Amino acid sequence: METGLVYILLAAAFGLFMAWGIGANDVANAMATSVGSKALTIKQAILVAAVFEFLGAVLAGGAVTDTVRKGIVDADLLSGSPELLVYGMLAALLAAGTWLLIASKNGWPVSTTHSIVGAIVGFAAVGIGVDAVKWGKVGTIVMSWVASPLTAGFIAYLIYQSVQRLILRQDDPLEKAKRYVPVYIFLAAFTITLVTILKGLKHVGLEISLADSYILAILIAVVIAIIGALIIRRIEPDKKAEKRQHFHTVERVFGILMVVTACGMAFAHGSNDVANAIGPVAAVVSIAMNGSIAAKSALPIWVLVLGGAGIVVGLATFGRHVIATVGRKITQLTPSRGFAAELAAATTIVIASGTGMPVSTTHTLVGAVLGVGIARGIEAIDLRVVGRILVSWVITIPAGAFLSIVFFFIFKTFLP
Amino acid sequence: MANVLANIFGSSPVRPLEKHIGIAFQCAKQLNGFFAAAIAGDWDKASAFRDEIGRLEHEADDLKKDIRLGLPKSLFMPVPREDLLELLLVQDKIANRTKDVSGIVVGRKMEIPAAIADQFLEFVARNVDAAKQARKSVRELDELFTAGFRGAEVELVSGLIEELDQIETDTDDKQAALRWAVYKIEDTMNPIDAMFLYKVIELTGEIADMAERVGRRLELLLSH
Repeated sequence: METGLVYILLAAAFGLFMAWGIGANDVANAMATSVGSKALTIKQAILVAAVFEFLGAVLAGGAVTDTVRKGIVDADLLSGSPELLVYGMLAALLAAGTWLLIASKNGWPVSTTHSIVGAIVGFAAVGIGVDAVKWGKVGTIVMSWVASPLTAGFIAYLIYQSVQRLILRQDDPLEKAKRYVPVYIFLAAFTITLVTILKGLKHVGLEISLADSYILAILIAVVIAIIGALIIRRIEPDKKAEKRQHFHTVERVFGILMVVTACGMAFAHGSNDVANAIGPVAAVVSIAMNGSIAAKSALPIWVLVLGGAGIVVGLATFGRHVIATVGRKITQLTPSRGFAAELAAATTIVIASGTGMPVSTTHTLVGAVLGVGIARGIEAIDLRVVGRILVSWVITIPAGAFLSIVFFFIFKTFLP
Repeated sequence: MANVLANIFGSSPVRPLEKHIGIAFQCAKQLNGFFAAAIAGDWDKASAFRDEIGRLEHEADDLKKDIRLGLPKSLFMPVPREDLLELLLVQDKIANRTKDVSGIVVGRKMEIPAAIADQFLEFVARNVDAAKQARKSVRELDELFTAGFRGAEVELVSGLIEELDQIETDTDDKQAALRWAVYKIEDTMNPIDAMFLYKVIELTGEIADMAERVGRRLELLLSH
């Protein structure tokens, strides 16, 4: 039991480090859009992020956590020596955390998800054996990394096209915005709620029938849409600002919508990124508590809570500053564009989370932004940076794997 | 890592272009006061206007360079980069012509005959109007980008450009009338002064021409 406690404490510490890093850095990508477009103040953004990242991790993160903790490594091969999996998962956590730290310092656009998955595959393939990796599953995950930005881009393209057609190109864009924005709010709330209920809640022990799920999602979405519509009705045109920018008031209406999609984005981020950072912790904890690899063991809720808490601490320490910096730099993403990108990315990520696919929030969001760009919405996108993202996409996996292999052998030598 | 999202946005040329036409117009606008002072023979005041014109032209020039540097070929934009650069170039010429005109007038301490003074000032003012209308049109750029260069916003800008064309036609008429007026009194003038007066009228008229070309460039963007 002594050693078990050491494992748990180490895993908790590394997991917290990882979650802190996500909160300090990664959350900014999800929240900065809303701050940059002034839909939220920094304080509100941090509050929204803290609440919805946490909810996302706890309510909808279960499937992804499961994939990371037992979907990639074939645990059956390790039933004789469960401590190998403990070393490996600890190594993966530390490797991903370290790689993220190095990358952030150098400004490389790497993904938390890719680091973690690369690290797990690395220790399993080299430390244990090539057969220990469920290559089929890994293949599916890598496919989802290609598919998620493409999907998000396509959805964002459609959403922004519809916004242009229904609102921005009309003679009375403000009237049209007041009419259609509540519909978008409904759609945003409905999709995210539905996927959460259908795919996420069973991990927290709630079972709801399919029909009831739809009814519940519609009810929740209608309530949110009505609240949004009431707030929108109170927006009065600012004649002076309109003279300089005809879409000034229209953008304020979209600002309300962005509050909703920002919540969705934080929720989606929590359900995926937090969950996959916490997956290895869950693996270590279940082995340490049971003394063996129990594939069926339930996910202890406190592990997800730990991830959520780490994020909040990260937000409180560095996140605030990073959100402000990124927010200042993305003023091109006005609410009408930002919401389209956020809604598309959040929907894609939540659906991926529901099916247990660990995808990259940042890359999905970048895909969504490009989608808005293809709809002729963005003034200028720097393709060099998009190229660098592709390169780091590829490099992260071997880098995470290499570090994880090194840590694995260190742990194997020095840990009990 | 946090900067991924921030960095994929290139520096957008839209707001800077709007700012640039604002400076170019401010520069041209100084001509009203400048010529009023020159006609009154107050060369201290005229020189002060001339300095302000020089400063604004310089400012427009600096901004032009910044915008060019911020537009690498790797940018993905809804309209061709070349068209935006061309627009920038003609915008800048509004300020250049203004500087040329004021340079000649101050350099020669040119006297504008009292007989044509009012007509001359009207002509200048109309050219400044053209620059102002060009500014009004270019300031719609961000809305055009938001709406994706379709719909009601395009109609609105087309209307603005039409107005700009009318103002330019008006300056042409005024220019012809003014030349005629000068022609009638040119015998009473020093021949070289008369030559330069024609030159100044021609250069001033080019301000409206450049403003009209700004409109043409914008129109090209609309057709994308």
